[in-house]
Amino acid sequence: MIGALIVGATRLVVGGQGVWVGCSPSDRQRIYFANHSSHLDTILVWAAMPPELRRRVRPVAAADYWGKGRLQRRISLGVLNAVLIDRQTRSSDPLGPLKTALAAGDSLILFPEGTRGTGELPSRFKPGLYHLAKAFPEVELVPVFLDNLRRALPKGSLLPVPLSCVARFGAPLHLDEGEAKPAFLDRAREAVVALA
Amino acid sequence: MTFGTMHYLIGGVVALLAVASLAGWAISRRVTSDAARQTVRNLNARIKAWWVMVAIFAVAFVFGKAVTILLFVAVSFYCLREFYSLTPTHPSDHAAMAAAFYIFLPLQYWLVWIDWVTMLTIAIPVYAFLALPVLSMLKGVTADYLQRVAKIQWGLMLAVFCISHAPALLMLDLGGTPPVQLLFFLVTVVQLSDVLQYVAGKLFGRHKMAPNVSPSKTWEGLIGGGLAATGVGAALWWITPFSPFEAAGMAFAIVVAGALGGLVLSAVKRSLGAKDWGVMIEGHGGALDRMDSVTFAAPLFFHLVNYFFAR
Repeated sequence: MIGALIVGATRLVVGGQGVWVGCSPSDRQRIYFANHSSHLDTILVWAAMPPELRRRVRPVAAADYWGKGRLQRRISLGVLNAVLIDRQTRSSDPLGPLKTALAAGDSLILFPEGTRGTGELPSRFKPGLYHLAKAFPEVELVPVFLDNLRRALPKGSLLPVPLSCVARFGAPLHLDEGEAKPAFLDRAREAVVALA
Repeated sequence: MTFGTMHYLIGGVVALLAVASLAGWAISRRVTSDAARQTVRNLNARIKAWWVMVAIFAVAFVFGKAVTILLFVAVSFYCLREFYSLTPTHPSDHAAMAAAFYIFLPLQYWLVWIDWVTMLTIAIPVYAFLALPVLSMLKGVTADYLQRVAKIQWGLMLAVFCISHAPALLMLDLGGTPPVQLLFFLVTVVQLSDVLQYVAGKLFGRHKMAPNVSPSKTWEGLIGGGLAATGVGAALWWITPFSPFEAAGMAFAIVVAGALGGLVLSAVKRSLGAKDWGVMIEGHGGALDRMDSVTFAAPLFFHLVNYFFAR
């Protein structure tokens, strides 16, 4: 109910059409990784998927934002079924909750830049995606480009401008045998850039 | 509610659409080639979308000025959104675009609602024209500054200022004629002109008019469809304060402005690298694909009527 409301409101304000360029919606286990430019990104990728997929696709969200207030927790945990990660701690394995979710068979939505960028193209990817790809080689890695959102709700602004934003889904990729971390992260970033 | 002229007019449009739907269904059973089937499918999608649009318009006409204005607020909103979505602006234009959506769009229609004609004609061309570049300048990004500001102003002028002149007809005092009938006259002539040009072009089109701008437009389509729409306008003289001859002249002005508006917006669209403005209406593209002629025809028609016929 609240989920439908959020999807409806997102659609009304920023469009949120899903365009499947390189693959089609499927319940195969996947990690969707996208460029990150606004607070609406998480909801937009999620809203762009068919309803039956949304149940098994869990956005990865920062605990310091989405786990803070009651409303944020209500949306992130209650509606989006998000996996919250701690961006600050150095002690425990920050990817722990993601590995648990993947081991349970869930798909993930991930923003490998780690934080919202300001440029037109995504900045460098953090290594998390590489570690997950290595630990779960059978999971498909699907690049996603979110278009227009950085104009609709740029970093530092609170009021979304109602532009039509699009989530473009590319062709799945995998970590190659023996592929080095920087090479893989560059390749993954290029796959997102190619959808721009 | 008495059964007035508007009800008969809407009834007439519904009858016309029913004939078109039947014809489309009959043709769809007879075509054989793939290309023809494609054309007919597009035609039938357009007719289906027309039903929805006519239903929305009928509701607005029947429920009066407030609902009609709200309808055009929605039309302007979707057109502005399509324009800005296709236009590459910079994130630092966020404030200017937010002002266009959240301040100038509502302001313009509020002026229509309170009948303030003078302010309606200067709010966007003067105040928004000066305010929007200020908002974009404050962020201090000068790359492509003039292009960005110009595009934001163009979008607001076309999608809000120009289109608002259609419901602005409701402000005019035309003696005995209810002004809503002039709005009906405008919308009917513009849209029939589009349809008839499309049909005449498909039937007789030989000589391309502007192959680079709009490859499907032909001289035969423009002249055949335009003359037919002018004839329909003349035949509608009895719902207007015009004589039959004046009605033909007004319809002709609407047709010419509409055709030019369609071509100009097509050129804008192509310079932005797109075929359609959006995907909102099946068979029609976006809202702006349907309203492109109105953006040019509405202000011209409003001022012609205001100058020659309003009291």
